[in-house]
This record gives sequence, C-alpha cells and structure tokens, in this order.
Amino acid sequence: MAIDRETVRRIAFLSRLKIEDDKIEDTEDEFNKILNWVEQLSEVNTDGVEPLVSVNDTNLTLRQDEVTEGNQAEAVLKNAPQAQYGYFTVPKVVE
Amino acid sequence: MTKLTELTIAQAREALKKKEFSAVELTKAYIDEMDDKRKYNAYVLETPDVALAQAQKSDEKYANGTDGALEGIPLGIKDLYCTKDIRTTACSHILDGFEPQYESTVTAKLLNAGASFLGKLNMDEFAMGGSNETSYYGPVVNPWSKDVPLVAGGSSGGSAAAVAANMCAAATGTDTGGSIRQPSAFCGITGIKPTYGRCSRYGIIAFASSLDQAGPMCKDVRDCAIMLNVMSGYDAKDSTSAKVEVPNFEAFLNQDIKDLKIGIPAEYRPEGLNAEISALWDKGIEMLKARGAEIVNISLPHTKYALPTYYIIAPAEASSNLARYDGLRYGLRVNGEHLDNMYINSRTEGFGKEVKRRIMIGTYVLSAGYYDAYYLKAQKVRRLIRQDFLNAFEKCDIILTPTSPVTAFPIGDKSMQENPINMWLNDVFTVSVNLAGLPAMSLPIGLSHDGLPMGLQLIGKAFDEGTIFKTASALEQDAAFRKGMK
Amino acid sequence: MTGLIIEGKTASWEVICGLEIHCQIISKSKMFSGASTHYGSDANENVSFVDAGMPGMLPTLNEHCVYQAVKTGLGLNAKINKYSAFARKNYFYADLPQGYQISQFQYPIVGEGHVTVDLSDGSTKDIGIERLHIEQDAGKSIHDMAPDKSFIDLNRAGVGLMEIVTKPDFRSPEEAGAFLRKLRSIVRYLGTCDGNMDEGSMRCDVNVSVRKVGEEGYRTRCEMKNVNSVKFVMQAIENEAKRHVEVYENGGNIEQETRQFDPSTGLTKVMRKKEFAHDYRYFPEPDLLPLVLDDDYIAKVKADMVELPDAKRARFVKELGLTAYDASVICENKETADFFEKAAQGHDAKKVANWLMGDFFAMLNEKKVELKDSPVSAENLGKLVELITSNVINGKTAKDVFAIMAETGGDPEKIVEEKGLKQVTDMGAIEAIVDEVIASAPDNVAAYKAGKNNLLGWFVGQVMKKSQGKANPAIVNKMIAEKLN
Repeated sequence: MAIDRETVRRIAFLSRLKIEDDKIEDTEDEFNKILNWVEQLSEVNTDGVEPLVSVNDTNLTLRQDEVTEGNQAEAVLKNAPQAQYGYFTVPKVVE
Repeated sequence: MTKLTELTIAQAREALKKKEFSAVELTKAYIDEMDDKRKYNAYVLETPDVALAQAQKSDEKYANGTDGALEGIPLGIKDLYCTKDIRTTACSHILDGFEPQYESTVTAKLLNAGASFLGKLNMDEFAMGGSNETSYYGPVVNPWSKDVPLVAGGSSGGSAAAVAANMCAAATGTDTGGSIRQPSAFCGITGIKPTYGRCSRYGIIAFASSLDQAGPMCKDVRDCAIMLNVMSGYDAKDSTSAKVEVPNFEAFLNQDIKDLKIGIPAEYRPEGLNAEISALWDKGIEMLKARGAEIVNISLPHTKYALPTYYIIAPAEASSNLARYDGLRYGLRVNGEHLDNMYINSRTEGFGKEVKRRIMIGTYVLSAGYYDAYYLKAQKVRRLIRQDFLNAFEKCDIILTPTSPVTAFPIGDKSMQENPINMWLNDVFTVSVNLAGLPAMSLPIGLSHDGLPMGLQLIGKAFDEGTIFKTASALEQDAAFRKGMK
Repeated sequence: MTGLIIEGKTASWEVICGLEIHCQIISKSKMFSGASTHYGSDANENVSFVDAGMPGMLPTLNEHCVYQAVKTGLGLNAKINKYSAFARKNYFYADLPQGYQISQFQYPIVGEGHVTVDLSDGSTKDIGIERLHIEQDAGKSIHDMAPDKSFIDLNRAGVGLMEIVTKPDFRSPEEAGAFLRKLRSIVRYLGTCDGNMDEGSMRCDVNVSVRKVGEEGYRTRCEMKNVNSVKFVMQAIENEAKRHVEVYENGGNIEQETRQFDPSTGLTKVMRKKEFAHDYRYFPEPDLLPLVLDDDYIAKVKADMVELPDAKRARFVKELGLTAYDASVICENKETADFFEKAAQGHDAKKVANWLMGDFFAMLNEKKVELKDSPVSAENLGKLVELITSNVINGKTAKDVFAIMAETGGDPEKIVEEKGLKQVTDMGAIEAIVDEVIASAPDNVAAYKAGKNNLLGWFVGQVMKKSQGKANPAIVNKMIAEKLN
C-alpha cells in the first residue's frame, strides 16, 4: 500500500504538523520504506485471532462518585503560555 | 575506603544506619560527582538544593529511628516522571519550562520512602529512541566511551549513564520497547522492567500506554529489588495498575536455582548474530547449568514479527497521547493567526524528527481505510506473540536471552541516522516482552573485545519477578561483573 | 398516520429522520476525574489535572455514570451490554484538552431498544433506539470576549454524557418532537439527566433525508448539529426536508454534509462538507480496561427503577379513573405526577386532577413559581377537594378558599373554619330562610305559579344571599321547587 504525496499532506494535517514542500518527497519515501517493512505482518495467519487490546487480565475498577479535586484554577493555569481572567486564551477560533 | 558514590543502596543504607556518614555527606558526594561528570550530559536538570534539603530531613529520621526503606538515598529521576514544581519536559522542546503541579505515584512512593532527588535525567524525546540521540538536550555520552563518544542507549540513556558513572545511587527508568534494558546493557548496569501493571503509570508522561512501564536502574540486582519494592503497588489513579500482592523481592536473592527450568528460545539466535554476544549467551547458559538449572530449548515462533507489530502499536498510541501537546495549556506556544496555525506551528517547532515521524505513522495506521490492515492486524499478531510466551512458560520457568544484538555504538552512527529502521532493529530482543506485558531484567555479564559491557536478559512469567531476582542473583555472582570493573 | 408527505412537482416525498441526543449525566463528579460537575462556577475552578489534559494524567471511571447509563438504558427498554469498552475519538479542538474524547465506539454500554411516543391523532408509534454510549463532554470556548482571542473554560470538560442514537424511524417533525419530549420525560423521571435543552444539558443532532413515497433504501442525509429546543428540531427537520425535495425536483443532488440550524430564520446552512470531514481515528482507549457488568448488577439497577411515565399514566387511567388526556398531561413531568398522587391520596382523584390542571396550574402561572415552590401543598389541595366532595363548602366558596390558600399557604379546613364559610346543610335552617323569602314575595310566587318558571332562579338567589352563600344550592333548589309546586 504505497502512499502518495497527497496522503502525506493529509496525514501531516491530521497530526497538526507542517512539512515543508521540499521535504514532502523525502517524507513520502521514508513512509513507504517503513510501511513496506511493517507489511511483513501480512505473512502472519491471523484468522480467528482476537485482537489483543490489553495485557491486563482484569476488568475495569470503578471510582466512587465523590468530588475530590477542584478549586485549583491557579495550579491548572500555572503553566499556561497565555491566560486572562482565569481562562486559557488562544488565537481566535474560526470554523 | 570505597568512594561513597560507589556504594550500592544496600551498602549505603547499612552505613547510614550505623552513622558512618550522614545522608547530607552522601548527597554532597553525589553532587560533586555530578559536577565532575557533566560531560556525559546525563542530567538535564540538577536539583542539588532539593536533594540536600531532603537529605537533611533524612538525617533527622535516622536520628529518631523513623527512617524509610530508601532514607537518604540520592536518586536520579528520568525526565518522563512528573515531579511537583520541578521542571519536567520528557526532553522535548514542546514542554519547555513545564513545572507539574502534581507528583507521579512512583516518585511520590520514592519520596515517602526517604529518597532524595538529585535531578532529572536525560532521555530520548518522549522516550522515542534507542540511543538517547533524539533528546532536545542532546545525546548522553556513555561513560564507557574511550576515544569516540558512544551512545548510552535509550530511551533511558541518562539514567543508565548516571548509574554507571556513580552520579546517583540508582535511577528510575521507563520501558516501552526496551528503554530500561537496552541502555542498562550498554552501560553495564542492572535494570528491570516489571510486569505491566506492577507500577503505576500515573504522572509518568505517556508514550504508548499499553506498553509503558516504570522500573528501576541500579548498580546491582539487590538494589533493583529494593527499589522495585518501593516503586510497585496498585494505584487507584491508574486503571491499568494491577491489584496484585507485591512480594518482598529481596527475599528471592540467593535462593537455590537447582532444577529451575531455563528456556532458551531458538529465534533469539538468528543467523549473523554478533559472535561475542552469542558467546556471552552461552556463557550465561553454562553458569546456570553449573548451578543445577535445567536448560530447555523453546520456540517463540512470532519473534520476527514483534518489531513491526511494535512499530504499529506504539506509534498509534503515541500519536493520540501526544495530541495534548498543542501549545494551549502548557509548554511551548508558537503563535499563529488562527487556532490551527498555532497548533501546527507549536507542534512543528516543538517536536523533534523522530517524534514527528512516529506521530505521523501512528496517525496513518489509525486513519480511515488503513486501521484494519495495520492497527487491527498488529493487535492480532500481538496476541500471537503473547501466546508464544504462554506456551513457552508451560515448559520453562524463566527465559534467558541476550538483551541487545549490539554493544554501544558511536554517537551519530550514519546507517542508523539515515534509516530509522536500522535503529529500530536494535530493539529486536526487547520489544516482545512489552507486547506480552511480561517482566524482564537486563544484567551485565561481560565485556566485548573492545571493552564494552554486554548484558543478558531474563524474562519471567507475569507477576513472577521473584524468579527473575532469584536467577539474576545467581548469574550476577558467577559473572562478577562489578568486581571485574575495578 | 402522522408522516409528513411533501408534494413535489414530479413526486410525493416522505421525510426520513434520525436523532442523536447528548444527555449530560447527573453525577456529583466528572466521568473520569474527581472534579465537580457544578454548573456556573468561576472559570476553570472545577478542573482536575486529568480534565486539563496534563502530561501523565490518567482517567478513572466514575461508577455513578455507569449506573446512570444502565438505568437510562433500562428506561429505553434497551439491551444492557455486559461487556463494553472505551475508545478514543481523536481530533484537535481548543476545548478538547487531551486532543481526543474518551467515548465508546465498537462496544457501547447499551444496545437496541425502543420508546413509544403518543401522537396527535391518538395513535402511538415505537421509535427504535440504536444504542446508548457514554463519553466525556468538552470544555467551552468563548469567542465574544475579545476581538482577536478565544477564551477557554474547562469546567465542563470531562462531565459525563450519554449519547443516544435513534434509528431513522421518524417520518415527520411531529414524531421527532413527541420523541424528544418523551425522552426528556424519561430521563427526568430516572434522574439521570435534567433534560434542559436551553442550558445545553440535553443537545440534539438531527439527521434528515427524503425519499419518494414507495422508494426502497435511503438517500444521502445531512446532519444538523446542536439544535437546542424541541421546536427548533421540528423546524429544522421540516425545512431541511423541503430543501432536499427542492434540490431533487430541480434535478440536483444532495451532498453529505454537516449543516448549522439558524434559529432566527429556521433555515440551515452548510458548516462542513464531507471532504473536510474529520477522520476520528477511533481506537481502543489503552488507559481503561473493558467495562464488565454482571447480572446481579443489572438486577440491582432494575430494582432501583422508578415507575416510568407510560406505566404511571396507564395506572392513573385504570386505578384512579383519569381520562387518558389528563393522565398524560399529569405524567409528562414526574414532579407533577408525584404532586398529583399525593394530593389525590384518599380523595376524588378526578376532581383533584381537574383542580390541578385548572385553577392550580393557572395560579402557578400567574405567580410565576415552580411546582416545588407552590404555596398550595399537595395535602392542602387534596383537603380542599375533600371539603367540596363532602359538601362542607360548595364550588364557589372553594374558589375563594383556594385564593386565600394561594396567598397564605394556609390549610383549607382552618380557613373555612375561621372565616365561617361552612355550607349550611341544616334543613331546618334552610327551610326557615326559604319560607321567609317565599312569604316576603307573594307577587313572584303568584307569577311563578302562573307559569313563569324561570323565577325559580330568583328565589334560589335570594336564599343564597340571605345565607351569605353558605346554603347548599342543591338543597335550596330542591326545597323551593317543592314548596312552590
């Protein structure tokens, strides 16, 4: 499944990463090299094999419905590159 | 007299109890060592004041007899662990200046046990790498380097180098595909990746959630046992942490290994395996045999598919785990006209090459139309890999393999820089263990012809670290690696 | 038959609609963290490090959110899945701190079910439920605080949501409206969601397509996100369906897209074309293990179920003799139904229902107070009705007494006692007044006897006046008629 330039651009955007135009080709080559390599998995017969999601043998443990955190806006905002009036601020969101 | 910084945790603790020296003196000795050895670039943040203040408290505790299991022991902490009010960056530009307002469960346990923190240790950016060369703060230099600077391994390269060069009594590491064991082997120290779920992941910056595990990197096997006992345990804040009893790991040391069944997987001796490493493995086998253990040939047939499986699953999870680094709430922000531009600018400048590569691969394998062919397929093969181990453990109690197919290589190695797959192939003996969620330890057994450490790996059944400690203590005594260093 | 058929130039078109409803779960803390769900706090006050997507933070699932989802599932007559699992839905947005939403994808906690809705023509219709899954809510972006910046508040980030997906079973706006009202009533009965669409605790996405009458299969649909009232949902369906018909009738094609409903015009406009559609890259959430429920657990939730509106309505008709209409009005809201039941306890239920839906609701409306703040308690309303049925007061007096109750919150028995409003039922006392009135108006007696029958009312009025309204008008009527004939 070789991928093309357009796919590289789309994947970059989905990842919110910029690839300079002169790097697209290299990226495409590298991508294809890696994908070719992982494609050796297609040799493995996985008919009837359940995908392994977690190595844990147990099921989820649930938490009691209690308020144990909060009232710490200052700590939450402490590392914010930009904040105002207790909010995080960002460049205007456009749809 | 032995230098204070050469003492193991067990030895230092003994001496501290006897008041042969104080915790402050021990800490100062390490701080001096750190000053002397800055050339290794093991620490990305030194916190001597924090360590000394903690040491002072430890001395009080020794005085009034309330000392904990690690009282006054100075540790280095991998920069992947969030430490409250102490800068934590995962060695990425994108987390510039980030000071967590919370403490990871594992570091909190270490602090509660009385340990002090000398600083944050260098690592591959977000733990993605096998040579510590992807760190935003530059590569770590292996203390075993002679003329040419060699890599310390990765991703926990700073941890391995710091322990090897006596810049801390022990260090924390994390292991997603070999990140504790491979650098341990490269730097001649002992490190264990416990069973998935043994240590809480709460507060450890996530790389690949279903594979990441915390573990100790130490001067010897006993120290690993001491550290792991403190670091382990169920944590309600991590839903994947296991409600399993934590045994006293030290109690397994020096136990008889007679009749223990040692599995030797044929697939770990591929054609063309480095002859010295192959010979080292044979040496290990002989040592165990000499102690009356039974050697059993086993097969892990899907071994060759472990790397491609890993390089689908780990990037997939990483692409999602690293989505939160968007320049909005913490870390680096590179502004843009609109929100999307800010995301793209911040992430493009904030992430290094290897991280971007893996984010993009991960995004691709999860994207519509490709999920089944890559991600789902990899999850199925992952089950087969795990099943291989379950089958093998029907025949044996523990598995012995080399840790890495190579020894430490020069920083900037061309073939690996040019083709990332060449770098990834170094993980060939370690990744299966993460995919199967099993515990495994690397310990140093001998030196190569050019004087570089080589390690062997012991793989145990899930939650049976005890058998690893038992076997490792035997191998450690017979190999006498640390004695040979002097 | 309540389906909407749109007549085009070339064909008759039927409307196909399905709904996706997000219901905020009522719980004290968030779905995956211990921060409060309280609405209206200062910005970022109810935020844990987990909600803020801080590095290394991990989700832990709130058991009450699971309980609420299972309860709602049972209320929707749906299959509870003993095995369910969480998945990550990946996309970037300012108010989505982790860069993904923890949701359920392949394995929802609740499977297929149905809700019966009542339609205006007296018929009922079963609407199929496709699934219900649980997920976390996003924070809020505020765009109008500054010209060049958006402000992010994460208080809502991580609050539990139930997403309920219906089958494409709606054939008219009316059916969709009836369903939404029914759903709101069910979740409110269960206490799993407060159902306030205007506050955003219940939000609706509407999928609409049309097809020629008799046509098989479905045509391309369009989705309208976050339509926030029942009325708007109905409007959006109607207008969007008409738009589709117009496009098809003019030889055009409908493209799959996300549209925005504009409440000021009632029309929809394009928000996002399919080619820009998100690629959410769902995959199993590795930070959470599968959620496994056992039969005992489900039985326990079942045991906690309250009587739902349909059952309650049927009971009110059968046991209390209410009309179907009265019963459904009273049962739409659990508080009203509970109030009614308390008021009707031991009294004439039909009369209580009349008073409740008449003077009582009018009084609440006029005073602009909620039922829970009503000055007239359920017990007192019941007592008032009892005073009427046992002939202690008559209907007219009752209205006066009710007016006093509405002002003072007083007990009607005491009011009647204190104000001396008891109806005179003593035959002797009434007869004395009747005789007095007859004796004082011989002309009218003569006129009546000559055939002027409508004078009977005049006599009754005189007697009532002399008794200051306390005489029982039925007795007075009967007695005068007897005496004069």
